[in-house]
Amino acid sequence: MADHGPAKGFTRWLYTTNHKDIGTMYLIFSLTMFFIGGSMALVIRSELMTPGLQFVHPEFFNQMTTMHALIMVFGAVMPAFVGLANWMIPLMIGAPDMALPRMNNWSFWILPVAFGILLSTLLMDGGAPAGGWTMYPPLVLQTGDAFPFLIFSVHLMGISSIMGAINIIVSILNMRAPDMWLLKMPMFVWTWLITAYLLIAVMPVLAGAVTMLLTDQFFGTSFFLAAGGGDPVMFQHIFWFFGHPEVYIMILPAFGVVSEIIPTFARKPLFGHDSMVYAASCIAFLSFIVWAHHMFTVGMPLSGQLFFMFATMLIAVPTGVKIFNWVATMWGGAMTFETPMLFSLAFVFLFTIGGFSGVMLAIVPADIQYHDTYFVVAHFHYVLVPGSIFGLFAACYYWLPKWTGHMYNETAGKLHFWASTIFVNLTFFPMHFLGLAGMPRRIPDYSTQFADFNTMASIGAIGFGLSQLIFVYVLLTVKKGAKATDRVWEAPRGLEWTVPSPAPYHTFDTPPVKRVTQESFQ
Amino acid sequence: MIRKLFLSVLGLVWASAASADFALNMREGITELSTETYALHMLVFWVCVGIGVVVFGVMLVSLFLHRKSRGVKPASFSHSTTAEVIWTIIPCLILLFMAVPAAETMIKLEDSRNPDMSIVITAHQWRWHYKYQDEGIEFYSSLALPSMQARIKNSGVDPFSVDNYLLEVDRPLVVPRGAKVRVLLTSNDVVHAWWVPDLAIKKDAVPGMVNETWFRADVAGTYRGQCAELCGKDHGYMPVVVEVLEADAYAAWIAARTGSNE
Repeated sequence: MADHGPAKGFTRWLYTTNHKDIGTMYLIFSLTMFFIGGSMALVIRSELMTPGLQFVHPEFFNQMTTMHALIMVFGAVMPAFVGLANWMIPLMIGAPDMALPRMNNWSFWILPVAFGILLSTLLMDGGAPAGGWTMYPPLVLQTGDAFPFLIFSVHLMGISSIMGAINIIVSILNMRAPDMWLLKMPMFVWTWLITAYLLIAVMPVLAGAVTMLLTDQFFGTSFFLAAGGGDPVMFQHIFWFFGHPEVYIMILPAFGVVSEIIPTFARKPLFGHDSMVYAASCIAFLSFIVWAHHMFTVGMPLSGQLFFMFATMLIAVPTGVKIFNWVATMWGGAMTFETPMLFSLAFVFLFTIGGFSGVMLAIVPADIQYHDTYFVVAHFHYVLVPGSIFGLFAACYYWLPKWTGHMYNETAGKLHFWASTIFVNLTFFPMHFLGLAGMPRRIPDYSTQFADFNTMASIGAIGFGLSQLIFVYVLLTVKKGAKATDRVWEAPRGLEWTVPSPAPYHTFDTPPVKRVTQESFQ
Repeated sequence: MIRKLFLSVLGLVWASAASADFALNMREGITELSTETYALHMLVFWVCVGIGVVVFGVMLVSLFLHRKSRGVKPASFSHSTTAEVIWTIIPCLILLFMAVPAAETMIKLEDSRNPDMSIVITAHQWRWHYKYQDEGIEFYSSLALPSMQARIKNSGVDPFSVDNYLLEVDRPLVVPRGAKVRVLLTSNDVVHAWWVPDLAIKKDAVPGMVNETWFRADVAGTYRGQCAELCGKDHGYMPVVVEVLEADAYAAWIAARTGSNE
């Protein structure tokens, strides 16, 4: 029934099983979380602006670092990519909707509940969780009333992610347009397929780890308590067995986005499509056998350290292939520099810098010096902010005309790009120096020799935070923009550009015919 | 507008760079292994710079040459097996080139056999306990009083007026120069990490486990570090200070410490 529109009012959103509505809700939810998590980052950076304690107590500072990470990882980055998947995967594979639409609704609506619970811990006795997002025992067991709520909200986030991942895998494997065999799928679909498998593999592991924390705390078990014969380090192994694939869960879909955008604006096909698929699969496989590189100082046998160092260094190879392929895609093209392309180029440039510090961190003796310092903070923020987040911005600008039917304000978009890029570097580049000079992470106050770079980083962070208001302005004014054509850009590839802009409530009621599938990739 | 913003940021960076002594790089430290660690760090750094120059160089040339505004026609090639094999193999070789010296240093780092002395370090929330195994000396080491007073929120004390703000303790760990010191680490409560950058040692103190590491300080002096694993609200306030003394000064220190026991 192609002609019936959405229901009216709030029930449209509460009961919806439409992939576009659910995608929109995911995206708005994650943007909200991005601003909440971002304001926590600004509390952190304001306190660190100068030495001495000015604004918050150390306990609250630790709550802010912990909550900032949990909200950004589980509330902002992951749901944003699930939102993109919901919107774009059916459009890109020519499917009428996701394969499991009711579960889709359910996996979204769990999230506001999960984060409502998590945020409510800020008001509880003993405050929010303050033991770091890594939740290492025994420290995390010192959390106050918030503890069971932390565990419960992590469980809910995991359930939501697992259901989202199942839905994505089932949709991709069963609902592709005729003639779209696996190796012909767009890169964004490919990277999400791999990401979804990673999610299914590791979210239950996290659930198991936090459940053991819960029983250690309340039911007298001693999984991680040395006094009862348990092992606190075992938690770290289990956590990072989840945690390392988790970082690829946050970056692989961004790889996919960039692999869609660069060819469009270089007016040239993606270089080495198949080797990009193999590289992403290779990264996903390696992500399962490198976890202990997060814990080189924990006291491991030499053979273990050597294995994890070599395996970690190997990741540089497929990651390098991806970067070289993007550059080769640009080479010989006819490039233009609209906002999505700018964000994608900055992604390639700045993600590579994060990759370099990643290789440095793999070298065990050097890692012993870098570990738990601001060098690590600089590293993972380079891959997460100008990496994942810039990938998300690029995707939003790229598909916004398809979603809304209007072109966004290009001047404001470019301003958003330049302000974000300048401030993100001003924030995170000095952190490399701080870490090398010896400043540990997760401290509310520091010795005076670290003062200048901290001030610089704090100014950058405030600037970066304010720059994001430009993005909100772009979103709020998009309806005033010129009407978008169906193809939107000059030479995009893929089925999503064969449907009208804005994409109607129901698309591909009947699968696209072979000819359309083939032509859309020319 | 963008240019103005950029210039003012640049000006700010420049102004603060001129006024402060900036530590930009890792310290070389005072042990054989800290020097090796520093050399490894610089090796990987320059390899990354080299790769960066090539990759970003090609990218920048492409950004300049291959734009639509220069009226170029886009090429249509989409793969080259030769190129892809080359840029898979070369990184493997570069990695091997870095992995070998790293492994050599790691083997030395793990070799804590035949120490001249052993110190048991027990971490507490939020101070360190040092116990000299053979000398029968033991004591707690906590944040020094001036820092303790200045660190309170809105204390009114300017941190810049406190010597070694947050990096000073009441009783430092004292070791002789040139001796191989074995460090045995454990914790009384949560996980902590004992770190002195100049010794290139960072090791977790885990409750219920004993971790082992070692160092041999080649230069006398005072070396400062901090707890490096989040351990609760005062994680930022448990510094490590190691004083390396010449053999005779160390003997005098031992005598003074044990004198009261005799």
